[in-house]
Amino acid sequence: MSPASGLVIAVPRGALMRDSLDLIDALGIDTSEVRGNDRKLLFEDVGIVTMRPSDVATYVEAGAADIGITGKDVLTEQADREVYELLDLQYGRCVMVLATRAGEDPAAEALRRLGVVRVATKYYKTAQAYFEATGRQAEIVEVKGSVELAPLTGLVEAIVDLTATGTTLRENDLVIREELFVSTARLIANPVAHKLKASAIDDVLERLRAG
Amino acid sequence: MHPIPSGTRDVLPDEMRELRAVSDALRGVFEHFGYGEIYTPAIEYDLGAIRISGDTGVYRLFDDHGAVLQLRSDMTVPIARVAATRYAAVAPPLRFSSFAHVYRGVRPHRGQMREFLQAGCELIGSSAPGGTVEALTVLCRALDATGLRYYRIGLGDASIYPALMEAVGVEDGVRSELLDHLVGRNFVGLAHAADGLDPMLVEVPQRRGGPEVLDGLPGAEGLRQVHAGLEDDVAERVILDLGLARDLAYYTGAVFEVYDASIGRPIGGGGRYDELMGQLGRPLPAVGFAVGVDVLHEALAAEELKR
Repeated sequence: MSPASGLVIAVPRGALMRDSLDLIDALGIDTSEVRGNDRKLLFEDVGIVTMRPSDVATYVEAGAADIGITGKDVLTEQADREVYELLDLQYGRCVMVLATRAGEDPAAEALRRLGVVRVATKYYKTAQAYFEATGRQAEIVEVKGSVELAPLTGLVEAIVDLTATGTTLRENDLVIREELFVSTARLIANPVAHKLKASAIDDVLERLRAG
Repeated sequence: MHPIPSGTRDVLPDEMRELRAVSDALRGVFEHFGYGEIYTPAIEYDLGAIRISGDTGVYRLFDDHGAVLQLRSDMTVPIARVAATRYAAVAPPLRFSSFAHVYRGVRPHRGQMREFLQAGCELIGSSAPGGTVEALTVLCRALDATGLRYYRIGLGDASIYPALMEAVGVEDGVRSELLDHLVGRNFVGLAHAADGLDPMLVEVPQRRGGPEVLDGLPGAEGLRQVHAGLEDDVAERVILDLGLARDLAYYTGAVFEVYDASIGRPIGGGGRYDELMGQLGRPLPAVGFAVGVDVLHEALAAEELKR
């Protein structure tokens, strides 16, 4: 696949998609077909492939895409992916938080009385590393959907999850106890493409920095 | 079913013939340049001080006396051991090649195996820039012999960034943080950590291209000499890359990686390890490289599809 820009770009579907396409428009790549077509995944003429944000690092690491856009949350969770993190794109701001039910902190209570806290998350490695770094024992329970449900049903005492506004947490009677890190969209590159397509990638970087 | 451990694989005759042809092509060039093939044991005593950085990938076991053994995780250290012991009385330079499976406890995902075949050369007792030029030349001739067409060599220098940090006066505590981000390929983190410091700390490691990327840079003389010493057809393959950081701790000077446009990860790499021989009791400058035979085969197949 050899699009006009010379680069294959992995674009995340979901919350980051619109801002990402706006950015790609500003690079002079026409994204109207991508915006107009919800089901198509591969847009060969303009060098765009669309996917879940958590798959972007996979495609870029393997060289199936030269560069890509994904959240820092994904890069933190998949820290062993061999990709270059080139630029903080600033948008898509979210916070990775530790949250529990409101009232007396059940996580602190579990740690005090039982010595271990149960934590539900979609970000297994992130949560594991955070509790290790803060010297607390935790049993990490990996769930695939609606993490908020886990503490409400007694599955766990706490959750580690990404939140933009905190609305979902509040609606489920959960409060933020600790903030792990702020996540924004990042531009990443395949290590081989970073050398072999250096001028094309530097050109993109320059335009994004200027824009 | 009888599964095999993850990160290992069986090779059947059709593939084996092709792999064999790749190895034979490499071996012919290595021998032509005087790099005699040697073999060392797959298990060796743990050499203590000499560790691959991170060190998480090495398989260790105990023998019946409780001594720590390790499964070889590369060929550079064993060959350095041979040069320091079996060739202790032989005048350098020493040239060796090897074809050996090495073992690393990585999490296997695309292209990462726990057992894989490395083909490599080590040139011991030949200093920079001459030794580095020879290693790059042998590497290119060997890849040419396999029929690979569109490869490039990324060439950097492990001493450039430390020299730059020294020159612009980075405090000790910050240095390791900057290096961590560099090895982790995280330019966002690097820019954060270097905020308020000399902008060259962020700009220089993103430079890649021809010899012009070395302009105005302290400590770049070595790389300039290597590049100037290369024959034209080798120099054409080289992309100077000032951010190249190989994650093996023993590299001291020039470092390089082999890329092919059809494969998303390096096919091989190498560099100077001028301190390693000293740790083994025979101080000599040295340089070497290794190529992953399986990934090289994969690149050849991918290039074939494009034609």
